[in-house]
Amino acid sequence: MSEDEREPAYLYPDYVGTRLRAPVKPLVQLPDGFHDFPAPLFPRSVTELDHDLTRQHPGEPVGERIIVTGRVLDSDGRPVQGTIVEVWQANAAGRYLDQDDQHPAPLDPNFSGAGRCLTDAQGHYRFITIKPGAYPWKNHRNAWRPAHIHFSLFGNVFRSRLVTQMYFPGDPLMGQDPILQSIPDQAGRGRLVSRFDPETTVPEWALAYRWDIVLRGRAATPFENER
Amino acid sequence: MSAPLTPSQTVGPFFGVGLPFEKGEQVGPAGAAGSIRIEGQVLDGHGDPVPDALLEVWQPDEGGQYQTVVNSTATGFGRCRTDAEGAFNFVTVKPGPSRAPDGHAQAPHLNVTVFARGLLRHLVTRMYFPDEPGANAADPVLKLVEPARRSTLMARDDGEVLRFDIHLQGERETVFFVI
Repeated sequence: MSEDEREPAYLYPDYVGTRLRAPVKPLVQLPDGFHDFPAPLFPRSVTELDHDLTRQHPGEPVGERIIVTGRVLDSDGRPVQGTIVEVWQANAAGRYLDQDDQHPAPLDPNFSGAGRCLTDAQGHYRFITIKPGAYPWKNHRNAWRPAHIHFSLFGNVFRSRLVTQMYFPGDPLMGQDPILQSIPDQAGRGRLVSRFDPETTVPEWALAYRWDIVLRGRAATPFENER
Repeated sequence: MSAPLTPSQTVGPFFGVGLPFEKGEQVGPAGAAGSIRIEGQVLDGHGDPVPDALLEVWQPDEGGQYQTVVNSTATGFGRCRTDAEGAFNFVTVKPGPSRAPDGHAQAPHLNVTVFARGLLRHLVTRMYFPDEPGANAADPVLKLVEPARRSTLMARDDGEVLRFDIHLQGERETVFFVI
């Protein structure tokens, strides 16, 4: 399958929100290399504690403390170093700190649900947070989003940009979620599911989940137009 | 053998806690001579405002170079969420002509990326400048777009501001590029 066939289509009618927002006219294909210019490196500041979503308030948030870690790689398997990783998520009760979220579950005064970090020289990122709750949405009758953490990454070149969601292993809601199911193949959907990581789990403190991310690299071989 | 890519998912409706940042709409150096204000609206297939979109601008400097180490004074990068009317704005300076992969000059333009609830993948478009007719006529990307749709990539001079609306669908659907 080509890179594009592994991605969700813009129009996926089971996800009602796509119906009036997906472009209908064909996207214009540019020759290889037109989106290979550099991505922004640090579009915003990152401080030392921004990776720890459990330490942004006077008290600790309610919920199951977890470590979420992994590597950011390009499609050639090379680590993407020094790139910003931004995350946001619901609290343990399945409620976002967002005025538009009207789910009648409690807000947590000790949890904002946003974090960021920079990858290290081997492409590693690491967040400390709490496991987000599932929450209902109005896409169809009795629709519930599986627990997930939103991720935003830039990578090295403009075409590396990725916004996606990380899911948790064994979540029974994944099979009926049109957002996850919009990915055409099972292997592709599986690449959004983290795995329980006993080695990184810290005894008496927090379970760990591991999730590696692979970003698009350059489309054109460098220097192919140079003589 | 290349590793399979991590698939895209929608930014959803609740990115407000995670992605927008203070003064994100300031793309170029604040207060720079020749600063331009860009205003626009994101509209869906019914022509209704999209109140939960996030736009990013990424542009080269006045010399046509992308400044990859972004600092607080000159960035080239901007981020703005739409309001209840689907409206967004950016403040920047006109970029210089960057080079196409084959070395030819491209007309000055902003790369504009659209994220929204209902967009399972982001969309990439370009905003060109109306006062560059010569450079626009020679631009290698505009040449690949059917003439009738090129106007969707052109900002409109509205006196104080440049106007650039984004139609996700419909009669005036904006031209988007395969990423």
